[in-house]
Amino acid sequence: MTRLRRYARDHAVPLALLSPAVLVILLVVLLPLLFSFYTSFSNYRLIRPDSLWDWVGFRNYLRVLGDGDFWSAFGRTVLFLTVALNLEMLLGLGLALMVNRITWGQRTMRTIMMFPMMFSPILVGFQFKYLFNDTIGLVNNALQSLGLASEPIPFLVDRWLAFAAIAFAEIWMSTSIFAILILAGLFAMPKDPIEAARVDGCSNWQVFRHITLPFLMPFIYIAMTIRSLDVARAYDIVDVMTGGGPAGRTELLWTLIARTAYDDARMGRANAMAYFSILLSIFFTWFFFRKLMAARRHLGAF
Amino acid sequence: MAEVTLRKIVKNYGALEVVHGIDLDIAHNEFVVLVGPSGCGKSTTLRMIAGLEEVSGGEIAIGGRVVNTLPPRARNISMVFQNYALYPHMTVRENLGFSLKIAGRPPAEIEKATDEAAAILGLADYMDRTPGELSGGQRQRVAMGRAIVRHPDVFLFDEPLSNLDAKLRTQMRVEIKKLHQKVKTTIVYVTHDQVEAMTLADRIVIMKDGHIVQTGTPLEVFERPANTFVATFIGSPPMNLVDGVVAGGEVRFAGDASLPVPPAFRGRVQEGQRVTYGFRADNLMPAGHAMTGIGETADIDLTIALAEPLGAETILLSELAGVEIQGKMYNPRAVAAGERLSCLLALDHAHLFDAETGASLRT
Repeated sequence: MTRLRRYARDHAVPLALLSPAVLVILLVVLLPLLFSFYTSFSNYRLIRPDSLWDWVGFRNYLRVLGDGDFWSAFGRTVLFLTVALNLEMLLGLGLALMVNRITWGQRTMRTIMMFPMMFSPILVGFQFKYLFNDTIGLVNNALQSLGLASEPIPFLVDRWLAFAAIAFAEIWMSTSIFAILILAGLFAMPKDPIEAARVDGCSNWQVFRHITLPFLMPFIYIAMTIRSLDVARAYDIVDVMTGGGPAGRTELLWTLIARTAYDDARMGRANAMAYFSILLSIFFTWFFFRKLMAARRHLGAF
Repeated sequence: MAEVTLRKIVKNYGALEVVHGIDLDIAHNEFVVLVGPSGCGKSTTLRMIAGLEEVSGGEIAIGGRVVNTLPPRARNISMVFQNYALYPHMTVRENLGFSLKIAGRPPAEIEKATDEAAAILGLADYMDRTPGELSGGQRQRVAMGRAIVRHPDVFLFDEPLSNLDAKLRTQMRVEIKKLHQKVKTTIVYVTHDQVEAMTLADRIVIMKDGHIVQTGTPLEVFERPANTFVATFIGSPPMNLVDGVVAGGEVRFAGDASLPVPPAFRGRVQEGQRVTYGFRADNLMPAGHAMTGIGETADIDLTIALAEPLGAETILLSELAGVEIQGKMYNPRAVAAGERLSCLLALDHAHLFDAETGASLRT
């Protein structure tokens, strides 16, 4: 105790200067976190505030574990993550490689490439909802006028088509994040090893496979980390395009959680789900970060 | 057999021509050094031989086969780059064996070849490290090892030592020369360092502004420079050059100084011709501190402006006809600035160049 007091006396000024930051973090981050963690062990319903004190132990968590809807939303989210991240990575890589080859007007191309990122996800959602609409949608009208489809395709109603439509919107919006980060990698890449590889007998494909790609992996993993957090919390596009429906067929974790929390007003249950979902995000972050570290260690000098 | 032939090689970037029709024949197993100041087109020429740069005009043949349109991998060459260009994500062993792996050779053969190269270059202890964990000299050695594992027809070196410190550079220079003796192969070596060129080359090719200025053995280009550019570029300190006019078997300089026409040039100059008189510091020596057996000499009195003692000899700075010149004092004694010394010039090693074009008047 005396030691603590002496420490406080010796470091009075730094401690005083740090205290506002500490206080703000406590109030803004830690307190809500603790509160939400507590509510996940209660039967808290928004419409009955006194239920906040209704301690139910692990009941919420056990219910969630046995909830088929939750697990299908969980599985769908993982699938959505896998599909969106991989396609975005491949498309972004292709885009970056092509833009890197442009010698004239590259800056303009780079700016144009970023356009999709400049729109609010909600607006992107509305736009694609309109495009894929089965009666007035552009895609359906075009397909029918061109004689490629005889009747409207229910893009936003069929389970898999709706999933694909949402993934399409998400990929359209965010491929440029991969493209930009990979392009940055390509700009930073030293030219010499590529030339050395060509002299060493590599074809263009082998140069890409053995030299370029390993160098780009850290950049790809950074993009993966950012995007996995982004996609794992996907809500807006889904909510706008399908609202998680029809009949919960496109429900992702956060649309389910939001519905549970605000439509059903079961805050305690929703918080328990949220903690499971956060585990998923943490897992993806950890996974890609580890990959990133390994790739960077591999590159040694860089 | 892997002789390299360049026929009227031209390189241009759009309207800008940087190499203007170079002709060069490199014999099998010859060590040729392309040397010149930066921007003279020597690296571009090397990269055209490697296939990393497109040939704009003319013909390049390796071992009798025209390779103009072949990609680098089809030319059976190896190249050592200025920045080593090692593959950062591979260990030394993988770096060395990469080309063989790409060629689809069996693992046993790759291992044998890499171990052999590692033994030649003393890399055995570093085989499992990545380039990031190596020093500059070690990286350079890996780059060379990577080049020799393939037993290529031609080695190409692009200023391989310029990133090393002075001591290591000298050491690696010796190793490259030893390597050439061990692994007999045609070598084309690019450098801007005339000492490297002199010490390594069987034959030096001096380039300037996209042209070949002179080709010859190190001693030839040192003793018979084709023009004032070569005279000042090869040798250190650079050759003293003083402008004058031929008058009765002498060259008169501004003021009233004069020197005899060197024996090799007698009968090759006309009365009243404007010439540039050239001689190296090594051949201008104070009387009593000269080398012996230097043939015909001329006497000249010089006021010493500055003396730079190097131990075995002292470099003397003086002035002749308003031009700063350098001389060398062998078995030196202390020399004070302002001291007037009577000096000898070894005329057999003096040169005359055309004052306008700078070309040697020897032929």
